[in-house]
Amino acid sequence: MPSNNLDQLYRQVIMDHYKNPRNKGSIEDGALTIDMNNPTCGDRIHLTLQVEDGVVQNAKFDGEGCSISMSSASMMTQAVKGKKIDEALQLSHIFSDMMLGKEYDDSIDLGDIEALNGVAKFPARIKCATLAWKAMEKGVSEEQQQN
Amino acid sequence: MLSKEIRSYFPILNQEINGHPLVYLDSGATSQKPVQVIEAIKKYYEFENSNVHRGVHTLGNRATESYEGAREKVRKFMNAKSTQEIIFTRGTTTSINTVAQSYGRANVKEGDEIVITHMEHHSNIIPWQQLAKETGATLKYIDLEADGTLSLEKVSATITDKTKIVSIVYVSNVLGTMNPIKEITQIAHEHGAIMVVDGAQAAPHLKLDVQNLDCDFLAFSGHKMCGPTGIGVLYGKQALLEKMEPIEFGGEMIDFVGLYESTWKELPWKFEGGTPIIAGAIGLAAAIDFLEEIGLDEIEKHEHELATYAMDKMLTIEGLTIYGPNDPSKRAGIVTFNLDDVHPHDVATVLDMSGIAVRAGHHCAQPLMKWLQCTATARASFYLYNTEEDIDRLVAGLRTTKEYFNDAF
Repeated sequence: MPSNNLDQLYRQVIMDHYKNPRNKGSIEDGALTIDMNNPTCGDRIHLTLQVEDGVVQNAKFDGEGCSISMSSASMMTQAVKGKKIDEALQLSHIFSDMMLGKEYDDSIDLGDIEALNGVAKFPARIKCATLAWKAMEKGVSEEQQQN
Repeated sequence: MLSKEIRSYFPILNQEINGHPLVYLDSGATSQKPVQVIEAIKKYYEFENSNVHRGVHTLGNRATESYEGAREKVRKFMNAKSTQEIIFTRGTTTSINTVAQSYGRANVKEGDEIVITHMEHHSNIIPWQQLAKETGATLKYIDLEADGTLSLEKVSATITDKTKIVSIVYVSNVLGTMNPIKEITQIAHEHGAIMVVDGAQAAPHLKLDVQNLDCDFLAFSGHKMCGPTGIGVLYGKQALLEKMEPIEFGGEMIDFVGLYESTWKELPWKFEGGTPIIAGAIGLAAAIDFLEEIGLDEIEKHEHELATYAMDKMLTIEGLTIYGPNDPSKRAGIVTFNLDDVHPHDVATVLDMSGIAVRAGHHCAQPLMKWLQCTATARASFYLYNTEEDIDRLVAGLRTTKEYFNDAF
């Protein structure tokens, strides 16, 4: 039977984001567009971000992948919406620490994202969870450099 | 079915993974290694290690004898005419790249065609893409039948007098399809093209006979057939190899070296620049001994039986799709599948927690995934050490996975 570790990996909130993804789709006009894939497994994400005055006003994603990569993308878009670029990047660093099993800054309310901390015990799946975050980082970093 | 005692030769199988006895169903990626192979490599390093083809001393002779003995063993294994036709490489990828870069660059020009299929592994796609780009040749794909097999009609319709190279997989690493290489070779030759065979999934599982196939080149890897990683083989017809230039230059492959000009050693050594993969070749020879003692025909039969058993059992799971030929006699011991809308990564993780190792992803065959209209699949691949019990465990694991994802949430 599935172990406790599995239940840690596939928490209900993760499966909820997987089956009912938030912010699914694409922002049409003037948005930052980032396409990334995980060449080892074929997961891919198409992320669009609308950044105005240093704030992520809107975020949407499309893509194909496993429950971990798609739920992580859903949670990420939810989390960065309305955040300043710096705050979004800070969240991304916290998330990265969480995936590496490091101590992470828990002074910030991570909301649903916290549910992904079980992924750290599955090294083969960490890349699934970080794909959307890497795409977001790439997008906002480019935006920062341009301004 | 082969005797279950075969398992006892594979020390790695005797362990628990995540609290369950290991069921290894990823031999298509790499096979496990029997003690006979591990011991042969150990013996080489403990008693023979030395560089080859140069030592006057005793160890040098021992190493050379073992290395060249391995070549003779490979020659016999694939029924090549001469050891001059057996080149040791790093693996199938290097072997195919050698043909593309050496034969291809010299013989393919703008307007020519290179023909492959939709079921190729990346290692039999990209070398030809690159060659086509460099030379201005056209890369053409033979379309597959609905069940993932090749029809000779479509093969004939795709290969033309402009075709210079046909390169096709013997056994598909995703669909398990066994292709009619002998017949395709004949068609290629009728048009004056050469035939290259990707034998990576064939060499471990069936009796190779390059003279009967009449193919011009055949590539395979040691690590998928109980041998170590880092060793592979390129077979080529002597007449073709003689005319080909090496693609790596340096020590070992030279005859006379001048300041501005050098000449090459004779076959097969002109293609083996640098200190060769001595321990790898010796390990591969031990793997061949091991497989031949059991019998390649017996191994092929065992895998057919396992594939048949697996397909029967797996198809009792509602929502499970198997890709490739429905007729198990048309496929090797490879079963690629998807389970409902559970992503193959998730399937593989849940199975892993039950000690069952399967592959999930695109299996280095992205164009084929596109043809199958899925981004990823899960794959169970069987080898001589697998049993019906392994498949029972897989099927039970898949039922658990289905319950876990469909009912729990």
